[in-house]
Amino acid sequence: HLATSLPLPSERDHLRPRIDLIAFMIDIKSKYSLKNVEASLAHVDASFFLGKVCFLVTGVGRVNCCSVEMDAIWKLGEVYCSPMLFCELELEGVRAATAQRLLRMLQICAGHVPGVSALSFGSLMRNSADY
Amino acid sequence: KENADPQRTAFLLRKQWTLYSVTPLYKFSNAHLRDYARLLSAFIAAEKQKGLAVEVGVELDIKVAVSSLPDLRGSDQDQAAILVQLSLRSPASPKTSEEKLIWSGWFCCVSGDDLSENVPEDFTCLPLFLANGAESYTSIVGSWFQKTFDCCFRRLAISPLNLSWMAAMWTGCKVDKTASAMELIFSVPCLPQPLDISYAIHPEDAKALWDTVQKTPGEITQEEVDVFMDCLYSHFHRHFKIHLSATKLVKVSTAIASAHCDGVIKFLQSQYLTGVLMLLTELAISQIQ
Repeated sequence: HLATSLPLPSERDHLRPRIDLIAFMIDIKSKYSLKNVEASLAHVDASFFLGKVCFLVTGVGRVNCCSVEMDAIWKLGEVYCSPMLFCELELEGVRAATAQRLLRMLQICAGHVPGVSALSFGSLMRNSADY
Repeated sequence: KENADPQRTAFLLRKQWTLYSVTPLYKFSNAHLRDYARLLSAFIAAEKQKGLAVEVGVELDIKVAVSSLPDLRGSDQDQAAILVQLSLRSPASPKTSEEKLIWSGWFCCVSGDDLSENVPEDFTCLPLFLANGAESYTSIVGSWFQKTFDCCFRRLAISPLNLSWMAAMWTGCKVDKTASAMELIFSVPCLPQPLDISYAIHPEDAKALWDTVQKTPGEITQEEVDVFMDCLYSHFHRHFKIHLSATKLVKVSTAIASAHCDGVIKFLQSQYLTGVLMLLTELAISQIQ
C-alpha cells in the first residue's frame, strides 16, 4: 500500500489488512519530503517502532543535488530507533536489491521467518550502518 | 584577514567565472611563471597546428601571461593566487601592441589549511580554479596544467544545501549603496516541460528576516539557515500554494555575489571577495577529498 502522508483516511479502516511494516521514503533532493515524513511519524502508534518501521533514503547517488542535511537524517534514525536503508532509485540494480531487502524485512515483520522477530532483526540492522 | 586591494582585483568583478576543483600541483614554482607562460604559449600553438584551432580563418597570435596575485589569499599559509591570461594580438597592426583579452583563468586558495597541512612537500595547493572565456581555451589550458603538474581538474558543482548557506550568509552582509534584490531560482522536477520559479525578495526585508534569525553575529549555524529558508518558503506557499522545499534551488543572487548550482559564480563586491573565495575554496577541497 502506498500513501503520500499519514494518517491514512479513516473511511477505509475496516477494509485495511494488518500493517506489518512501514517504510518512510525520504528524498534528499527534497526538503519537503523530510518535513512530510517528520509530520507523518507523529501519527504512528509507538508499538510500530519496535522493529516495524524503517526509513528508505533515496537520491543519495548525486551529492550535488542534496537539499537535506545528512545530520538531520541520521538524527531521525536515532530518535525513532529505526534502521535506515540508502538507495538510488535510478539505478536498476540498486532498486532491485533494495526491493529484495524490504521484502525480506517484511517477511520477518509479518512473522513468516521462524526464529527471527521484528524487534531482534530491527536492532541488528540499526547497529550496522548500511549504504 | 586583510582585504585584497580593491583596485588590483576590480577586474575580477562582474564577470561570470566557471568553477573547478584542482588537486595539488606537483613541482609548481612561483619563480618560473614566465617559463610557464612560454611553454603554455608553445603548447597552444602546437594544438592549433594539430587542427584543434579554436577559431577558423585568420592566423591567430595568442599571447600568454602568467602572473601572481599575492593579495588573494586568506593567510600567509595560503599560496598566492596565480592568474593566466590569453590575449589576442591584432594581426593588422602588430606594432601598436593592441591586445584583446580573450580568456582568463586563475588558481587560488583562501584558508585552505585543511588541504595544505596534509600534503607532502613538492606539492602546491591551489584547489580552486575560476575560468572566464571560451570553453575550448579552458580545455587547452587545463590539459597543459594537468600534463605538466600531474593534477586533475573537475567541474565544481554547488548543491542546493550549499546555495542556501550562501543565500543566508550573503544576506547578512552589510552593503553600502542600495542593494539589489535577492533572487532565488528554483527548478521544478518531474515535469514534462522544464519549469523555473524565480523568487525575488526585497534586500531590506531579507536582511531584516536574517537579523531576527541569526543569534550570534559572525557565526552561522545550519539550524539558522534552515529557519531562514523555511520562512521564505512558507511566505511563498501562503501566496502561491507551491512548496518550494520540494523543488531544487539552482541559483542564488544577492548584492554580494551570485552563484549557480552548475558551478558558476559572479563577484559583485570587492569588499567580500575574499569571504566568498574562502567558502568556494572549502567546497573545492571537499570535492577533492
